[in-house]
Amino acid sequence: MSNVMQKEWLGFNEGRWSNGSINVRDFILKNYTEYDGDASFLTPPTEATKKLWAMVTELSEKERENGGVLDMDTKIISTITSHGPGYLDKNLEKIVGFQTDKPFKRSLQPFGGIRMAQNACAQNGYEVDPSVVEIFTKYRKTHNQGVFDAYTPEMRLARKSAIITGLPDAYGRGRIIGDYRRVALYGIDKLIEDKKHQIDTSLVRMTSKNIRLREELAEQVRALEELRELGEIYGFDISRPAANAQEAVQWLYFGYLAAVKEQNGAAMSLGRTSTFLDIYIERDLRNGVITEQQAQEYIDHFIMKLRLVKFARTPEYNELFSGDPTWVTESIGGVSVDGRPMVTKNSFRYIHTLDNLGSAPEPNMTVLWSTKLPRNFKEYCAEMSIKSSSIQYENDDLMRVTHGDDYAIACCVSSMRIGKEMQFFGARANLAKCLLYAINGGIDERLKIQVGPRYRMVEGDYLDYDDVMEKYDAMMEWLAGLYVNTLNVIHYMHDKYCYEKLQMALHDRDVKRYFATGIAGLSVVADSLSAIKYAKVKCIRDEDGIVVDYEVEGDFPKYGNNDDRVDSIAVNLVRSFMDKIRKHHTYRDGVPTMSILTITSNVVYGKKTGNTPDGRKMGVPLAPGANPMHGRDTHGAAASLSSVAKLPFRHAQDGISNTFSIIPDALGKDNAVFMGDIDLDMLRENDNE
Amino acid sequence: MNGRIHSIESFGTVDGPGIRLVVFMQGCPMRCIYCHNPDTWLIDGGKSVSAEEIILEYEKYKEFLKNGGITVTGGEPLMQIEFVTEVFRLAKEKNIHTCLDTSGITFTSDNTEKFDSLMKYTDLVLLDIKHINSSVHKKLTGFDNENILSFARYLTEKEIPVWIRHVVVPEYTDREDDLISLGKFLSSMKNLKALDVLPYHDMGIAKYEKLGLDYPLKNVPPLSKENAVKARDTIMQGIRLGLNELHQ
Repeated sequence: MSNVMQKEWLGFNEGRWSNGSINVRDFILKNYTEYDGDASFLTPPTEATKKLWAMVTELSEKERENGGVLDMDTKIISTITSHGPGYLDKNLEKIVGFQTDKPFKRSLQPFGGIRMAQNACAQNGYEVDPSVVEIFTKYRKTHNQGVFDAYTPEMRLARKSAIITGLPDAYGRGRIIGDYRRVALYGIDKLIEDKKHQIDTSLVRMTSKNIRLREELAEQVRALEELRELGEIYGFDISRPAANAQEAVQWLYFGYLAAVKEQNGAAMSLGRTSTFLDIYIERDLRNGVITEQQAQEYIDHFIMKLRLVKFARTPEYNELFSGDPTWVTESIGGVSVDGRPMVTKNSFRYIHTLDNLGSAPEPNMTVLWSTKLPRNFKEYCAEMSIKSSSIQYENDDLMRVTHGDDYAIACCVSSMRIGKEMQFFGARANLAKCLLYAINGGIDERLKIQVGPRYRMVEGDYLDYDDVMEKYDAMMEWLAGLYVNTLNVIHYMHDKYCYEKLQMALHDRDVKRYFATGIAGLSVVADSLSAIKYAKVKCIRDEDGIVVDYEVEGDFPKYGNNDDRVDSIAVNLVRSFMDKIRKHHTYRDGVPTMSILTITSNVVYGKKTGNTPDGRKMGVPLAPGANPMHGRDTHGAAASLSSVAKLPFRHAQDGISNTFSIIPDALGKDNAVFMGDIDLDMLRENDNE
Repeated sequence: MNGRIHSIESFGTVDGPGIRLVVFMQGCPMRCIYCHNPDTWLIDGGKSVSAEEIILEYEKYKEFLKNGGITVTGGEPLMQIEFVTEVFRLAKEKNIHTCLDTSGITFTSDNTEKFDSLMKYTDLVLLDIKHINSSVHKKLTGFDNENILSFARYLTEKEIPVWIRHVVVPEYTDREDDLISLGKFLSSMKNLKALDVLPYHDMGIAKYEKLGLDYPLKNVPPLSKENAVKARDTIMQGIRLGLNELHQ
């Protein structure tokens, strides 16, 4: 690439980013304008915004009345360029583009699995065109078919019994964040040029690894060409860099739109775009080209589009995730490695959409929280959290250490450097069920069949801590091996049949791949082991000698009360299972990580898990993520949070989630009722006026 | 020194400024008909802990609490005044903000020695005035309000910052003239820093059932926020009236 500053870059500070390499981080750090002021500069929605949002509200209403889906495409297979342009109102929209040729019409994405696509249609009263079904049954294999070709009987059984749950073997794995900012900063032509250079400099000794890389890079180039075409469909030439704020938002959105047209991933996150876009907005404001009102309008319209990302999914899928989440996570704020808060005016504008458009779960606004964030921003976040309950917080001080200052969150907690790291998403192993397998020698307590290895069952009426721990350790060893190998199959096949070519085109060539695993049921297991250790737990067996219930005699320390006796059990569990995961070969040398983050699926997992030794009954939900079991944390929030905070991030690097619910009245005084800062002298003076 | 406590809340946000460790003391002489903590009434209930343990508990949560402090409530904390004094003394050694949430019912104006030493270590008092009219006060709580009002005057003399709390119970403590009178009384308190009007709620019912006690306010609905705001404004009006009378 040339060293000449592009004309679209006029007014930006040069750097490595402009000297031939693709380096968005460098561009941001050299150009962003810190903002430590308050929210008073923000502007209300424009008339156009209000009109558009009213249309969206009306369509949403219709969609609800229609049972959750308004329209589905049953014939056109969704690709980046599959559909003509779609609009709400072309004359009002400042940022344009929908997944199909009209809003609220869900696209057909059969590459993950044709059966899933058929079910999603059928259960909403639609039928996939028979010719499409024929193609994807007879001629074009899907990810789902590939996986089931390779699964072992044991893997199928573990899936059926739900000791491993939520596996992305029939749906898109998601959790990959393309660096959509590259589209705006460099334009497509430069990105293609860079990709071609990558191909030219890739190894030519044709091992299967090198062949795969060459093929993937070629696919990526094709995806970029299609992305350029998508721009043309809407009348834009995105082969060149974006020249102003509106174009920057639009170019970036085209990048993201192409991704959701191509992939129906479990989480299709956006990245970390607000401060990047602020640089363009600041330049335009400085040059007097736009007003604050216009800047807010671009952002409002952009966020509106993100709220309208929709996928065709089955009711079971929606049950697992309690709704129809798209996980359009946007990471906001954080601090740079050189210590500057990365909060800009645009960080405010993004959050302000919760006022201008009303609160909504998507996009999932995630504040990368640091003690060093400007006071004004913190207060604004707090105010908006109280108002909207729609902001997620993540600890930047913790993650910056490993990920630097240009990472973002995929889904709800998974952190990755944008364009440099991706992850293979890997569902969860149910540690609570694993404990029951340890007690019953691998027999599933619900299905009453042998799922795990036929180890010795516990004997006697009462559970003995050392005996259970020994058996549990062996059972976890088995589970970790089976789990990693199941994921190896899934990700091999996903790459083969449902490769994320557009998202990966917005990555470097040599990416670091995280091999993400997850666990469910942490607090149930910690409490169960605590009960066995500190109280007496009696086994109740059925006629076949399988332990199906437990009687707890006496009290025991419960996770969530900042009590080391049980918290240390939870800490050891996390470390121990992660160490077992680490022992196994991972696909494409993925770096194994683990999350503790079920946010909604814990309900379904609970349904599939029998009675547990902590006194929890069959079917009762597991606690979400790393949460204490419901109602067992009795010492207040700080105690509960302290227990969670003990879990070692090093061994759960894909994230630890704690769902914290509190009634607003318990979070502080209501300013309407509470009269603070009373000054009698002042009151008297006011009266004399 | 040991005291008897009911429980400790590690994340208190409504009993004083900031996030606070809230210590619920055991024992209360009053029997307010709208009490929502009947499980703290008995002086020999709860568990025994040392003053040092309370401070250790605070230290465990220092990161959360450093902009808040410790609040001792109950029950009636003044029933164990020596213990509370010791907790506050230790807290002040560590520069922890101390707050006493009390009804003031045990105050003795003729012998203030113990109160004097407690006040040496007290940064803020949350004083709960149940009713300004002494005879109604007696019906509500079993005691007249003489000690309470004289405790308020004592705090004013001592220049201890005070937040006044007042629970508004429909038909019991929401009469306009009473609220005006309360405001007028408060207008003489130069140490008054905040007015905390607490709308009556019925979340205590479960506790009464558990303790096998009859709930006295069965037919009283919780107070709405609007009415709480109205009550607050009435009290504020009383304060202004009082100030005007004082300076005319």
